[in-house]
Amino acid sequence: MGAPPGPGAAPGGKDRPRQRRRNLLHRLDLRGAPYGFVAPFFIVFGAFSFYPLIYTSWISLHKVELATMDLMEWRGFGNYTALWADDRFWNALANTITIGVISTVPQLLMALGIAHLLNYSLRGSTFFRVAALTPYATSVGAAALVFTMLFERDFGMINWFLGTFGVESIDWEGDKWPAQIAISTIVIWRWTGYNALLYLAAMQAIPRDRYEAAAIDGASRWQQFLSVTVPGIRATIVFTIVLSTIGATQLFGEPLIFGQGPNGISGGADNQYQTLGLLMYEEGWKNYQMGRASTIAWAMFMLLVLAFVLQRLIKSATTRSRTSQGIRSGKR
Amino acid sequence: MTTDSLRGAPPHTSKSKPSVAPFRGGSRLPSLRMKAGRQHHAGPVAYLLLGLVALMSLFPLYWTMVAASTDNTRVTQTPPPFLPGPNLFTNLSRAWTEAALGKAMLNSLIVAGSIAVATVLFATLAGFAFAKLRFTGRNGLLTLVIGTMMIPPQLGVVPLFMMMSDLGWGQRLPAVIFPTLVSAVGVFFMRQYLMEAMPDELIEAARVDGAHSLRIFWSIVLPVARPAMAVLFMITFVHAWNDFFWPFIALNMDNPTVPVALTQLSAGYVRDQSLVMAGALLGTLPLLVMFVVLGRQIVGGIMQGAVKG
Repeated sequence: MGAPPGPGAAPGGKDRPRQRRRNLLHRLDLRGAPYGFVAPFFIVFGAFSFYPLIYTSWISLHKVELATMDLMEWRGFGNYTALWADDRFWNALANTITIGVISTVPQLLMALGIAHLLNYSLRGSTFFRVAALTPYATSVGAAALVFTMLFERDFGMINWFLGTFGVESIDWEGDKWPAQIAISTIVIWRWTGYNALLYLAAMQAIPRDRYEAAAIDGASRWQQFLSVTVPGIRATIVFTIVLSTIGATQLFGEPLIFGQGPNGISGGADNQYQTLGLLMYEEGWKNYQMGRASTIAWAMFMLLVLAFVLQRLIKSATTRSRTSQGIRSGKR
Repeated sequence: MTTDSLRGAPPHTSKSKPSVAPFRGGSRLPSLRMKAGRQHHAGPVAYLLLGLVALMSLFPLYWTMVAASTDNTRVTQTPPPFLPGPNLFTNLSRAWTEAALGKAMLNSLIVAGSIAVATVLFATLAGFAFAKLRFTGRNGLLTLVIGTMMIPPQLGVVPLFMMMSDLGWGQRLPAVIFPTLVSAVGVFFMRQYLMEAMPDELIEAARVDGAHSLRIFWSIVLPVARPAMAVLFMITFVHAWNDFFWPFIALNMDNPTVPVALTQLSAGYVRDQSLVMAGALLGTLPLLVMFVVLGRQIVGGIMQGAVKG
């Protein structure tokens, strides 16, 4: 860094006071400007993310109704104990977890496979990359509408297709597991290509000599994939797991639209696919209980924290066994 | 394997020519493919599988178009139609009026446009400071920025909703625009880019010439950052256009964004499936066009952000 011209550098004579002023301004600029540059981020974030975040916990200790939001009646932990005793909460929690697992796990595994394929030297690679990413350009609204039709019980294309193999019509909306699978399909369709590109980018940064070393050791392509590629992109895998987990706890639009109208908010006639996001919306904007909605928001956050703690534990456990095998973890 | 990978090199480099080109301007995103000389050539199986992936990715969109171009009776027959029918433009214009998509598109354009512009500007400012300027607490603040990525937006929705009605922004676009004006991912993305693309000497030289920080930002950083800014703009635009949860809560059907307006189509009591699909097609069309034109850059941008992330 170029040292600012110190006071000693000023030429003598009558220019001196001007020079000193310029030096002062210069130093002010050097010290102050960085804060000015990062300030917009922190101001906007503080006002519209951090402050509401803190305020949520305060609201969750009150009874607040949507129509009269200024009137807050202290309830202490009443909302939390009520939530704990509420079957709908446990149902929504279970649904969030199951839909999260059946959408995230296949999604990331498929993305890994697709990235591996895209990592071959390939004719038309741009086409395949753009094609895989195209679903990412669709909104939840459009994607959910299309898949709702494809999953229609009576005339939907998926039942028709399965029918040609002799499978009887599945009630994708009315039955619990089919509904959850259908909703997961929407998530998987939209995000697999995106994750595949993240993996591909990481794969292309793996130094070539690691593969050569593995090949000299006689590793087959599959073994190379397991012992070079996967460890090499471990950081990215963790990153996508984190992103997908956050996404999964927030699942909202897909089940809402899949329910086609009034059934959407309740997550099906029997709440068979109501997620925490939907339950929160139902409590806040349908039952007008903002306090209870805030409590559910905190429950969602706790779920995330729990997921990360679990993931950390699993990660540290696997790292230990990995290093004990003597394989360098691909740390970046 | 070794010989194979050696032979693999020449066609590979020849192919990397178009991938470097798209970003105009002084510097460009470093080519990722340069580092990857080791690849095997794809066999028929790989092409088959990738073809299948492309088919699965594109088919729902193709079928949206097919369904939007027939009528309700044809769409609900089995087997379902696979080829376009004659009613595409009738359905599109009906969906346009019945779901008030004109207004929704204008709203989405305003929302996504202003969010993308602001995000890019603020992210470049902050990214420059984090990458090239020294100040006390820099590392702490950067950690804070990265930490904010972990906070789910749901957590603040209830107070945010209250705040917006207090501010008089209930059901109005500022309620959707303001909370999303900045992005931690964007700040991080610009920082990583500027650390590599921006030579320290250039800044030092400008300082010696007496330029102040804002001037350095304006006349040195912005030109260098332009390619990354373009990428960040596109990605932010896509996200903002597709955002659903908060706009759905903050806006109503009289003043929706496109994803919010689309829920209108599915919630009706008499469902005209062709009409619903026409609406879905219309809502997706602007971004699809953007993908056809700029797909390569968007792909490159996502990959660029990822390898450093």
